[in-house]
Amino acid sequence: MWMSDLPAFVPFYLAAALVLVTRGWLRNLILLATPVLGGLHLWLAVEPGLSLTLPLSNLELTLYRTDRLSLLFGYLFHIATLIAVIFALHVRDTTQQVVGLLYAGSALGAVFAGDLLTLFIFWELLAITSVFFIWARQNRYSLRAGIRYLLFQVTSGMLLLAGTLIIYSQTNSLTFEHIGLNGIGSWLIFFAFGIKCAFPFLHNWLTDAYPEATPTGTVFLSAFTTKVAVYALARGFAGTEILVYIGAVMTCFPIFFAVIENDLRRVLAYSMINQVGFMVCGIGIGTALALNGAVAHAFTDVIFKGLLFMAMGAVLYRTGKMNGSDLGGLYKTMPKTAVLCIIGAASISAFPLFSGFVSKSMVMSAMLIEGYDTVWLMLLFASAGVFHHAGIKIPYFAFFAHDSGIRTREAPWNMLLAMTIAAVLCILIGSQPQFLYSLLPWQVDYWPYDMTHVLAQTQLLFFSALAFVWLNKQGLYPPELHSVNLDAEWVYRKLLPTTSRIVVQQLKHICDKICVGSDVVIQTCRQQFGRFPLANYHLAASWPTGSMVLWIAILLGGFLLLDSLG
Amino acid sequence: MSTSKQKQYLFDKPRNVTRLLRGLYLVCAILLFLDFVLHRHISHNWENFPGFYSIFGFVACVLLVLIAKELRKVVMRKEDYYDVDE
Repeated sequence: MWMSDLPAFVPFYLAAALVLVTRGWLRNLILLATPVLGGLHLWLAVEPGLSLTLPLSNLELTLYRTDRLSLLFGYLFHIATLIAVIFALHVRDTTQQVVGLLYAGSALGAVFAGDLLTLFIFWELLAITSVFFIWARQNRYSLRAGIRYLLFQVTSGMLLLAGTLIIYSQTNSLTFEHIGLNGIGSWLIFFAFGIKCAFPFLHNWLTDAYPEATPTGTVFLSAFTTKVAVYALARGFAGTEILVYIGAVMTCFPIFFAVIENDLRRVLAYSMINQVGFMVCGIGIGTALALNGAVAHAFTDVIFKGLLFMAMGAVLYRTGKMNGSDLGGLYKTMPKTAVLCIIGAASISAFPLFSGFVSKSMVMSAMLIEGYDTVWLMLLFASAGVFHHAGIKIPYFAFFAHDSGIRTREAPWNMLLAMTIAAVLCILIGSQPQFLYSLLPWQVDYWPYDMTHVLAQTQLLFFSALAFVWLNKQGLYPPELHSVNLDAEWVYRKLLPTTSRIVVQQLKHICDKICVGSDVVIQTCRQQFGRFPLANYHLAASWPTGSMVLWIAILLGGFLLLDSLG
Repeated sequence: MSTSKQKQYLFDKPRNVTRLLRGLYLVCAILLFLDFVLHRHISHNWENFPGFYSIFGFVACVLLVLIAKELRKVVMRKEDYYDVDE
C-alpha cells in the first residue's frame, strides 16, 4: 500500500505529532522508523516526474514534484535524519525530538516544492523549527544567538517572498525552475538563497549560531539548512557566472578564521562555509560535470561534516568543553570517537578513497575544463587549507596535542553507532563512487581515480601535513587562545548597537535642551498673560480637562436631544 | 591515583611520535619522487613544473598560517568582547 504521490514531508510531520504524545521506547521507535520507512518509500516507490498540485483559489501550488535532482536531496535528507536521530537517541527533550522531525520534514518539503510559494512556506518553517536547537541549550548566549539566527533566516524568507511576488506579477507563474539573474525579483531570490548559502558578509549567522546549539542539535542543523539552499541555487541559478567568484571567496576566507578560532565547533562552521563554497562554484560553472560535482559534494558533505560535528558533539557531551585550548589528549579515553573523527577529517580533506575526494574532484576538473585558471588556484589553496584546519586541527587539538588531563568515558553507544554509520558511508562512497554517481541528476562520464589525479591530491595533502608539522616544530603555529575573532557580525553586534546608543544619547540630550528652552518660553508667556486685565476674567482661569470634557458632553447631548425632538 | 601506576598511552612515548613523523617524512619523499618517475596526464601548464602540488601544498599552508597569525592582530578580542553590550 505504498502511495507514491504522498509528499515526503507528510510522514515526518505526522511522526512529529506522534512523538509529542508518546514516551520511552515507543517514541524512539517512531523517531527511528520515520526516516527508515520514509527513505525506503522514496527509494522503492517514487519515480522522477511525479507532480502533486493543490489548487488554492486562483493559484495552483505544486506541493510535490520529483525529478532526479530533488530525489537525490530527498535520499540524502533521509539518511541524514536517521544518523542524527540515532546520535540524539539518548536525549530526553521533547522539544528537540519533535523539532528534529519537523525540521527534517521542512527540508524535504522545500526540496520537493514545485513552486516558489510552497518553497517559501517550507523555507520559513526551516527557520522557525531549527532555531529551537539553538535555544535548547538554554543559556543567554544561545538565546541571543538564536534571535540573531532567526533574524537572518526570516530576512531570507522575506526576500524570497518579495522576489516571488514580483516574478509572479511579471510572468503570472510561480513554477520553481531556472530563474537566472534578470530583473529585481530574481535578484531578491538570489540574495534569499545567498543568505541561507552563507555568501560572504551574509555568512555570520552560521558561525554565530551553530556552535551555540546543543551537541546533538548542531548535527541536525549542519545537515539541512545550507544544503536546501545549495539545492535551490542549483535549480534556480545554475550557470550564473558570478557564483563562481562568490564561491571562490567562500572557499578561501573562512579558512583563515578557522585557523585562529578556538571553539572547535565554530572551526567546523567556518569549514562548512568553505565546503559550500565548492558547491557554489560548481553551480556557477553550470556544466553537467560541475553541477553533478556540486550536488555530489553536498551529498558527501552532509555525511562527513555530520560525522565531524558528531565527534565534536560527543566530546562536548562527555567533557562539557569545546575550546581547543581546554581539550587535548582525549584519544586516551575516547579512542573510538578519535578514529571516527579522523575518518571524517580524511573525508573532508578529500583523501583518495574517502568521500570528499570523489565529489570535489568533479568541481575542480570542471573548473579547469572551463578555463577558470585563477579561481582553480584559489580552490586548490582552499583544498590545502581544508586539510589544515579541519583535517588536522580538529582531531589534533581535541584528541592529541598537549594532554589536557581530562579523563572521561567513551561516547555512548548510540553516538558511536551514528558516527560509525557515517564513517562507513564516507569510505563506501569514497571507494565505490559509482553508486553515488549513478544517482546524480545529469549524465556524465566521470571517474576520479586516475593515477595523475590521485598522486596530485595525495602530494597536496601530505605536504600540507608536512607544513603543519614544520610550523609546529618551529613554534610558528598560532596557539589556541581564549578569544573572540571579529567577523562580519561585528557590524550588527558592536557597530550598530554602539552607534545607536550614541545617537539615542545625543537625541536625548537635544530633547532635554529643547524641553528646558520651551519651559522658559511657556513660563514667560504665563507671566505676561497674568499681568493682562483679561486674566482676572473667570473663563481665562485654567480649568481641569475633565470638566471641559463634561461640558462638551452635555453640550453634544443637548444637540442630540434637540435633533431627536425636532 | 598514583602516578607510578598511570597507564602509558600510545603517544606518551616520544619514540612513537618520532616514528610517526619519520613515516610522514618518508611518505612525502616517496610522493615527490613519484612525480619524476610516473607518466602523468597533464591537464594544465603549471603541472609541468615538477613537484607542483607538493610545493603548492606546503607553501599554501605556511602562508595560510602566517597570514592567519597577522589576522589575529586585527580581529582578536577578549572572550567577553560582545558581553559588554548585550
